[in-house]
Amino acid sequence: MTTRIVELRQGILKKNDELARGLRTRFETAGVLVLNLVSSPGTGKTAFLERTLRELRARGSRAAALVGDLETDNDARRLAASGAPVRQINTHGICHLEAEMIGKHLEGWAGVDLKNLDYLFIENVGNLVCPSSYDLGERIRVALLSVTEGEDKPLKYPTLFNSADAAIITKMDIAEAVGFDRAAALRNIRAIRPDIRIFETSAKTGAGTDLWLDYLAAEKAHREA
Amino acid sequence: MHELSIVSSVVDTVITSLEKYPGARVTEVRLNVGALAAVIEDSLQFCYGIATDGTPLEGSRLVVNLIPVTVHCAACGRDGAIESLQSFRCPHCGEPAADIRHGRELDIDAIEIEEAEEGVKP
Repeated sequence: MTTRIVELRQGILKKNDELARGLRTRFETAGVLVLNLVSSPGTGKTAFLERTLRELRARGSRAAALVGDLETDNDARRLAASGAPVRQINTHGICHLEAEMIGKHLEGWAGVDLKNLDYLFIENVGNLVCPSSYDLGERIRVALLSVTEGEDKPLKYPTLFNSADAAIITKMDIAEAVGFDRAAALRNIRAIRPDIRIFETSAKTGAGTDLWLDYLAAEKAHREA
Repeated sequence: MHELSIVSSVVDTVITSLEKYPGARVTEVRLNVGALAAVIEDSLQFCYGIATDGTPLEGSRLVVNLIPVTVHCAACGRDGAIESLQSFRCPHCGEPAADIRHGRELDIDAIEIEEAEEGVKP
């Protein structure tokens, strides 16, 4: 019996990373800006996305969404009311989306051709931990936080907030009623990711939506330049 | 709690790498896990026993090498480990630092195996 050390030096999520790289190339070639939306359950990802899809449509942009949940197609049905193509991904117990699921759900998506899209939104499973490890081939990762969740949430979940390019504060319309400390929230988000873009929004009143859509348009133009 | 799927990937990768060493038994698996990898060592250890059961990795040790978060500071140009995950600032000059150089690792570094004696078929 001989003992031997075998160096592997391999990423544990290599398979996911490779699939994600393939997706990213595909998205870039098609000219579609892809965003991965991550938050706790109940932050308001779906309401935020409903408004985003609706207003993008009003601006003449073409957007579609993939929406992840453990079970049910409730969110897909809600989002489809915006008129945008929407497809549900049920993970059946898995707490995050993986690149393979994205690839699979892009196949045979009736009426959707990536080349004819400006934006593709991927609404991840509600979870602030696990999705941070899985690259989905997105260009922009968006972390959402609602005013009811506590201003210190970014400090509690630094891995996710640090991996995000943009942060959305949702439910700003009730900020005052719930005693939301805006300055502390902004400070905490920036403590975790100093160069992050922050948007303060309300899906109900539409506050902050224009700045958010301008950001999307600028990011898209920037990628095309 | 995605540690079980992480550990399952580790087991699959290690088994594939054993193809070159027929009959070998794994005694140790060494991982490099960054502080920003969103993975908890206790959960990895807990899942490891379950995921290795009935495989050539059964009974092996899982060694987790935790890698601290290192940033490059745009202000002073130096690299350094941040003092806490709640504050991404340069440890030298205190400026906010977004350029992460280490801490996102989630890798299998190496495995230790016991090879079957020559001529012995597994």
